[in-house]
Amino acid sequence: MVKFFRTHGTESALLVVIAVISLVLSLATDRYFTVGNAFDLLNTSSVNIIFAVGLLVVLISGGIDISFAVAASVAQYGTALFVAWIGGGDWAIGLIVAGLIGIGLGCLNAALIQGFGIPSIVVSISTFNVFFGLLMFFTKGVSIYDLPDWLTEHIALYERQMSDGSWVEISLPVLVMVICVVATWTLVTRTTIGRQLYAFGDNPEGARRFGINIAAMRFIAFGWLGLMAGIAGLVQAHYAQEVVPNALYGREMDVLAAVVLGGARLGGGKGTVLGCVLGVMLTQITQNGLNLMGVSPFAFKMIVGAIILIAITLSNSRIERLLPFLRRQGV
Amino acid sequence: MSALFQRLNAPFVRDMAGPGFAFLAVLIVFSLASPQFLSGATFGSVAFQLPELGLLTLAMLMPIITGGFNLAVTFTANMAGLTVAWILGANGGVDASPEVFALAVVAALGVGALAGFVMGLVIAFTRAHPILVSLSMMIFLRGLGEFLTRGGDVSGFPDFVHPIGHGSVLGIPVPMLVLLLCVAIWHIVLTRSRLGFGTYMIGSNIEATRYSGINTRRVVILVYTLSGIMCAVAGIIMMARFNSVRVGHGESYVLITVLACFLGGVHPDGGFGKALPVFVALIDLQMLSSGLNILGANQHLATAVWGLLLITVMICRWLVVRARTTFAHSRK
Repeated sequence: MVKFFRTHGTESALLVVIAVISLVLSLATDRYFTVGNAFDLLNTSSVNIIFAVGLLVVLISGGIDISFAVAASVAQYGTALFVAWIGGGDWAIGLIVAGLIGIGLGCLNAALIQGFGIPSIVVSISTFNVFFGLLMFFTKGVSIYDLPDWLTEHIALYERQMSDGSWVEISLPVLVMVICVVATWTLVTRTTIGRQLYAFGDNPEGARRFGINIAAMRFIAFGWLGLMAGIAGLVQAHYAQEVVPNALYGREMDVLAAVVLGGARLGGGKGTVLGCVLGVMLTQITQNGLNLMGVSPFAFKMIVGAIILIAITLSNSRIERLLPFLRRQGV
Repeated sequence: MSALFQRLNAPFVRDMAGPGFAFLAVLIVFSLASPQFLSGATFGSVAFQLPELGLLTLAMLMPIITGGFNLAVTFTANMAGLTVAWILGANGGVDASPEVFALAVVAALGVGALAGFVMGLVIAFTRAHPILVSLSMMIFLRGLGEFLTRGGDVSGFPDFVHPIGHGSVLGIPVPMLVLLLCVAIWHIVLTRSRLGFGTYMIGSNIEATRYSGINTRRVVILVYTLSGIMCAVAGIIMMARFNSVRVGHGESYVLITVLACFLGGVHPDGGFGKALPVFVALIDLQMLSSGLNILGANQHLATAVWGLLLITVMICRWLVVRARTTFAHSRK
């Protein structure tokens, strides 16, 4: 336990903050500390967590991507058109098509970065504008509400009636989210590729001299984010029961903030799946709590922004300066 | 050939090459595509639309040269615009006097400076990544603005505000004059002042700069404060142009300001970049947008083409660098 706190500083800090917020909220509201609310939190965070673990892999590899949320919109729209064209389809076809579109767009980013030596921030800002501009141009901003039944049908994986008569449930997005999280965790911690991604992100030139295939690393990282973006896009369409071309516009910033809050470093080589999930959960729990406390929804963003600003200020000032007793243990 | 490469390596030509080449390309392509393109109307519309984006891009420029970012530019501008609107509203609304407006402008510049100052402070003292700091400031300011306005418009300004957004002096739109003045100020600050020197040095190597005796924290804080003030100028111009203030006006500009900086030859890791090539890059983007508009395409296609233009310029730069190294090797 003590070892975990020493090696996972950011994660521990986030856990403590989440615990404190949860404690305050469960005392301040009678709705927070219920199974129903916990399940709601999981259901609403799913899409952002899928995005987040994908982005984490790119950040670990030392890149950055702004374009994934609009890539998800492209995948969402493309899949909706494709299944309408073949006249039905099912989840398997939907996931394959959305995933392939996502991987394709991710690999396009990787190809531009690798092939022409353009920095990833420049590439992703360009492709952000290209993807979004073309999507809005070709779709004329028209939403699709007429989706196939398999996509819009609400699927509850687990549901139970509470003593007060209300139903609580865990729905399909949570299952997809768990699979994506476990897959990403396996990729970055249990495979050689994961080890190489960290090495590459930490020191690209060193990794190259060590014989790590740089191009492969880039394509894997951006392809993985593309895959996650495609899946998240489809899950978002399922959750919202509609495909709106600009629905995910702007989501990239919230996800990026949450992932970096979770300890991933812009610059590469650092970050864990646990921290990344906790980062998203912290922002979601804050919004959820404010909602339950009856705070105006207009204030949510303000408070979340302030919390992130304070959190990074504290986490980047050295922890031992704030907590003197840790210094004696030589942390 | 070698003389040509030497000429291409001269600082001014090298900085201007990318955006200048793009300028010519856009000019030629659209002149061939549409006879209406080379007309006063095109340049008039460019001159009216450029300033909002241009001022925000200047606000983005200095932080990028230090190797950072200021993603809060548009919402800082919105908050400054709101400040003006409220002070005018609290002092007579449409009947407010010019003195009140002057006071409001000073207060708006103060709000912009404060937002930038806080970001600079956090970045300088915690060394957190500027993307993250400015991102959380952006989320905070957007939330604050939405909270205070409930997502609505604020309008009702005195008549003398109108010419600031729509008037012309000697045929040049007033917003354009403001932009030209700001470009000149930025150019002088970057090339002729100690602050500018420090800005470039920090972008190249912040540790070495600190060891050489420059107070890097002070420079970073000043850069972000100036950036915030420039946002406030943009906010005031936007207020006069739209005749209203709304949180979210110009939201889509955030990434385009970064795009314009890179197109203007600013190095993404910092250390290199000048105000004038960025200004030319901005004209490129606006001309593209106007040209596509004349051809009947919409704003979204223009956005896509802006992205493609940046990729194309980066690929061309890569080709030039490769050709240069190949040439150098073949001479040995």
